[in-house]
Amino acid sequence: MTTLKSESMAVVASADVVRLRQKVRAWTIELNFSLVDQTKMITASSELARNTLDHGGGGTCVLEIVTNGSRTGLRLTFEDHGPGIPDLDLALTDGYSSGGGMGLGLSGSKRLVNEFQIASNVGEGTRVSVVRWK
Amino acid sequence: MSKLADVLQKDESELRADWIKEQLAAVRRRDLMSDTELQTQSTELLKSIANAARNGNVTDISALEWSAVRERLTDISASRAQQGFSPEETAGFVFSLKQPLFARLRAELSKDPAAMFTELCNATVLLDKLGLVTFAAYLKTKEQLIAKQAEEMLELSTPVVKLWQGIVAIPLIGTLDSNRTQVVMESLLSTIVATNSKVAIIDITGVPAVDTLVAQHLLKTITAAKLMGAECILSGIRPQIAQTIVHLGINLSEVITKASLADALAVALQKTGKTVVKADKHNGKASDNKDGVDAKQVGQWKGA
Amino acid sequence: MERIPILRMGNFLLVTIQVDMHDQLAMTLQEDLTNAIAKYGSRGVLIDISSLEIVDSFIGRMLANISGMARILDAQTVLVGMQPAVAITLVELGMSMPGVRTALNVEAGMDLLRELVTANRMETGDDDS
Repeated sequence: MTTLKSESMAVVASADVVRLRQKVRAWTIELNFSLVDQTKMITASSELARNTLDHGGGGTCVLEIVTNGSRTGLRLTFEDHGPGIPDLDLALTDGYSSGGGMGLGLSGSKRLVNEFQIASNVGEGTRVSVVRWK
Repeated sequence: MSKLADVLQKDESELRADWIKEQLAAVRRRDLMSDTELQTQSTELLKSIANAARNGNVTDISALEWSAVRERLTDISASRAQQGFSPEETAGFVFSLKQPLFARLRAELSKDPAAMFTELCNATVLLDKLGLVTFAAYLKTKEQLIAKQAEEMLELSTPVVKLWQGIVAIPLIGTLDSNRTQVVMESLLSTIVATNSKVAIIDITGVPAVDTLVAQHLLKTITAAKLMGAECILSGIRPQIAQTIVHLGINLSEVITKASLADALAVALQKTGKTVVKADKHNGKASDNKDGVDAKQVGQWKGA
Repeated sequence: MERIPILRMGNFLLVTIQVDMHDQLAMTLQEDLTNAIAKYGSRGVLIDISSLEIVDSFIGRMLANISGMARILDAQTVLVGMQPAVAITLVELGMSMPGVRTALNVEAGMDLLRELVTANRMETGDDDS
């Protein structure tokens, strides 16, 4: 995958979640995503940003326009240096919740995107990377 | 600078003339492109190739200095694909440069057979690679065209019809894969908003088989409609489908299901506060005989 | 502090959410609404989200919470105007918001609210008219 454009954003306050949504909207419009695909990507970014904020203690999001030769898409990479997720499989199950809410939003977000990658180490942090192709 | 690059630079105008002559001999579609346009494209491409070869690298076209050439070739190829040129004609654009180039190389290096052989090899490798770029771009354009047509066909095959004030129906025909479901969902939901419909009937008489995946797709559509404030009725369920659904353990308890579209319509009318009443033959007014529809009158029917 | 305005229409409260809400704003709305229901003895709440282009799980939960809290305070809630793209995304996220009543638009929503409030009144034998 080659990166055509890249930008990094801090996700350390709830205002950042809103700002990120707006940025993702702008980029998906630039890429000519359909309305439904825009909505899915923006919603996924909101879910993951919230995770980074609430469970990861804050972190960053890197937005990238990527291409794999035949397709162009948007990649978002969320990274934090928080407590990490001890049981990834459990966290990715539907309905799993660790904070009295309706889940970490991970399993849901996974369904909103085309590619989903997660790496997490207890005590070190978490990194989630998602791609939505046009 | 390699001999090849040298030739490309020095003998540019002769090369160009010969090349265009070759192309005009080969290209049968004079109607699709004017001679002037051909001249322009050839001149610019040749110049661009000469430029790229200047630094000595004449065979690795993935390198940075060749990116302008690749881009130009891709654009030419894509536009030819759209214009209706055949793949041979499009690739021929590059390959027809071989003869003129070989001829020039032979003229320049006739006294040095070893060098001539090296440069001929380089030339052929270069043009073959450029030819492949052309072909790949042509193919990609055609694939995009096919994808677009498939999308249009998909949209055409899922019409949403308004059955009555506040009631729409979508007769599904054929298999329901996830692509089709997306289109169906979007089409149905936007029509619900546009027609202000409280009830949507999804008729699956024309769906040959329902497996867990298809059922999931249908349930997603129904849930989405409910979130928006519209209720869905599933109709056209054949006995075999009913059996499959039970065997697979699919839970349709939250969904209203009817065997026929007619039954579904009756329920839909009821839900939108309407009843069907038999008209009195003598004076055209409605009589008191209800037409077999068991209706809970929600609103007053202002009639006779 | 910015707040989302709550309109009072007789027995009902009407809220139109038009901005991309950050968490604090959403929590404030929840609080303001429950306070208003209690203060005015409202029997119905209409929440208009026809301008909301994004509803993530947090907002979804908030809306479901408002509905639940209102019910405890004996008020019915109807959510209106969810956009198709939002509905499709929520379903994909796995949020079906059971127990939340919905309607296509404000008009249909008000009709539904009146029905629900009447039905509720009859059920609870409440006759304060």
